[in-house]
Amino acid sequence: MTDPNTVQLTEDGRLKHFLTTEGLSRELLTEILDTADSFISTQERAVKTVPLLRGKTVVNLFFENSTRTRSTFELAAKRLSADILNLDIARSATSKGETLMDTLWNLEAMYSDMFVVRHSDSGAAHFIAEQVTPNVAIINAGDGRHAHPTQAMLDMLTIRRHKGEIEGKVVAIVGDILHSRVARSQIHALRTLGAAEVRVIGPGTLLPSDIESMGAVPFYDMKAGLADCDVVIMLRLQKERMQNALLPSEGEFFKLYGLTEEKLAYARPDAIVMHPGPINRGVEIESAVADGSHSVILNQVSYGIAVRMAVMAMAMSGQQTLNSSEEPA
Amino acid sequence: MRYLHIANARVIDPQTSTDSIADVFVADGRICTVGRRPDAGEIEASIDASGQWLLPGLIDLGGHLPEPGFSQKGSIATETRAAARGGFTHICSLPDTRPVADTSAVVKLILEKASRAGYARVLPLGAMTQGLAGEQLASMYTLHEAGAVAMSNAREPIRDSYVMRRLMEYAATYDIPLFLTANDLSLSDGGCMHEGPVATRMGLPGIPETAETIALSQILLLVEQTGVQAHISQISCRRSVNMLSQARESGLRVTADTPLANLLYTHESVTGYNSLYNVQPPLRSERDRAALVAAVAAGELAISSNHSPHEIAAKKAPFSDAEAGMSQYDAFLSQAMMLVERGEIEVSPLVNALTALPASILGMRQSLEEGACFSAVLFDPDSTQTLTAGQLASGGRNHPMIDKPVKGQITHVFLEGCQIC
Repeated sequence: MTDPNTVQLTEDGRLKHFLTTEGLSRELLTEILDTADSFISTQERAVKTVPLLRGKTVVNLFFENSTRTRSTFELAAKRLSADILNLDIARSATSKGETLMDTLWNLEAMYSDMFVVRHSDSGAAHFIAEQVTPNVAIINAGDGRHAHPTQAMLDMLTIRRHKGEIEGKVVAIVGDILHSRVARSQIHALRTLGAAEVRVIGPGTLLPSDIESMGAVPFYDMKAGLADCDVVIMLRLQKERMQNALLPSEGEFFKLYGLTEEKLAYARPDAIVMHPGPINRGVEIESAVADGSHSVILNQVSYGIAVRMAVMAMAMSGQQTLNSSEEPA
Repeated sequence: MRYLHIANARVIDPQTSTDSIADVFVADGRICTVGRRPDAGEIEASIDASGQWLLPGLIDLGGHLPEPGFSQKGSIATETRAAARGGFTHICSLPDTRPVADTSAVVKLILEKASRAGYARVLPLGAMTQGLAGEQLASMYTLHEAGAVAMSNAREPIRDSYVMRRLMEYAATYDIPLFLTANDLSLSDGGCMHEGPVATRMGLPGIPETAETIALSQILLLVEQTGVQAHISQISCRRSVNMLSQARESGLRVTADTPLANLLYTHESVTGYNSLYNVQPPLRSERDRAALVAAVAAGELAISSNHSPHEIAAKKAPFSDAEAGMSQYDAFLSQAMMLVERGEIEVSPLVNALTALPASILGMRQSLEEGACFSAVLFDPDSTQTLTAGQLASGGRNHPMIDKPVKGQITHVFLEGCQIC
């Protein structure tokens, strides 16, 4: 059970779950982006639904609250004509494992076809994919600090649509890399898709140890880190970082790493600014930049639905080929 | 006298630097002669041990027994049987039972149940603080009197340096040895694996090396001050090995062990979130592992089992939610011999780290010399076994070698002349 891709791919290399961007081929990532692109055009029509998941049941299994991500998955499922069930499961710290397993068995008994999973433990989606019956597709909607692959892919789509391609681009990710599943998934995807350089910028307390081993270059200074960047991705800063002795104050963080027009000027003149949301205005980014001409933050949200539709459709199709190949000839 | 005659075994005894093919004659639980027939008496039974190795019985400096308190994970009978099958004649049980082994009643219960089971002998470690809370001293003298060979706080930290100092002073007063674990909770809290590139990639909260080394330096300074007889349980870092050898060079009497898992695996095993490899102390880097193996080869470091049996449900959870620990007793010697098989260590220093060295730490002697108690293992190094989950003697199902072939198999284990496996 070691390689994540033995879990998320079929033997012929198609998606059957979507757990992480790590180790996926450039072709597969590009296929996700191309499929999402095709869905963007359907989203501009009066009738936005396509029948790819008609008759399928998708369960949004959120062990951690997130209205925004859950809503985009819900909308994506509905636009693929699936039936959708939302489950918000408050996590009890005392119950270990059994609760999660019991929940899974109960849901399997309802003959669901796909679980969209968000969980506070790194590896939770991976774990669920290994435990569920083989015909249920798992889409990772964020696991601990590990991965948020649909967010990363909508970011890739945003870069591709605004900068033409990812190949050769210099991308900086700024802020709390340590706790960020988004950053980890972005780094893998950017490296695979041929970005010239992936930089992570933040104070030593918010950069994880050995981040270089993932292929990212650490910077502690915005001026040096943003120089010649094509893309600047700001991460959300959680308030609790101040309590854990990771940062002295929001004010000092903003002074050093908050994206202002002045700091943005270090990047290339045509650089785009991204943020996975929700934004803390005046903490990691000032309003003038968030709402300014370089910002593509709202475009990210609309691409999010298309990317989630693409991934859900591809994983379901991967599951269906699996099931049909298992039937006796 | 009537003898048990063990013929043609390769006798490996690090205590006496023996490694030769010899016949061994045993009577009344003791070794009468090695390499020659006793002058008088007759042979009652004979074992043809051609091609087999005769080793002193293994001594474990720390394993978790699930009884009292955790019957879903096994019992004293299941685990001591598994230990015997893994080559152990003696095992030190950690005090983190429920209730904690901080009263003589619990220590006596453990001894009685182990004795009734009749497999490996249990040498209980008593709790050094009440409830292992690290605050008030447990009745160490009473526990020692009841049969606890040393005091330990399992992996629960003593957070307060004042408490650490006083418990060392108290134990030193009565010559009670302490088994201490180096773990600075303020640095390790929330972590579930070695802090490094693998933890970063997998997004798992890490336990830095300094969680061990800072606590170790505090322990070493207080050991020096108090003069207590101290053994450091379960070290996992290269730096700790260096710190311990420096401490010994400066005249401190301090010993240490490392869990077998930390000699066999690294943090790379965690890739894929396999909760089997969620262990405490965490599996660290290849550099750490290599330094631990080198210290074992140099005779500086004993090997413990850190046996932690768990039921399936305890491990069937996302990595950080799974209970830490690996079931190790079944096929323990064969697993340890994997290091020899890989060419990383010679047989004799490996056996030393499992027999003579832990014996000396406990103030015992475990050897195959004439006159010694016959606590020994016969091991067939050439056969291969594949353990299935159903064959495990342990109640734990978290064994790393389930359905994987391991080389070497134990044929007999004797405890003071009685066959226990």
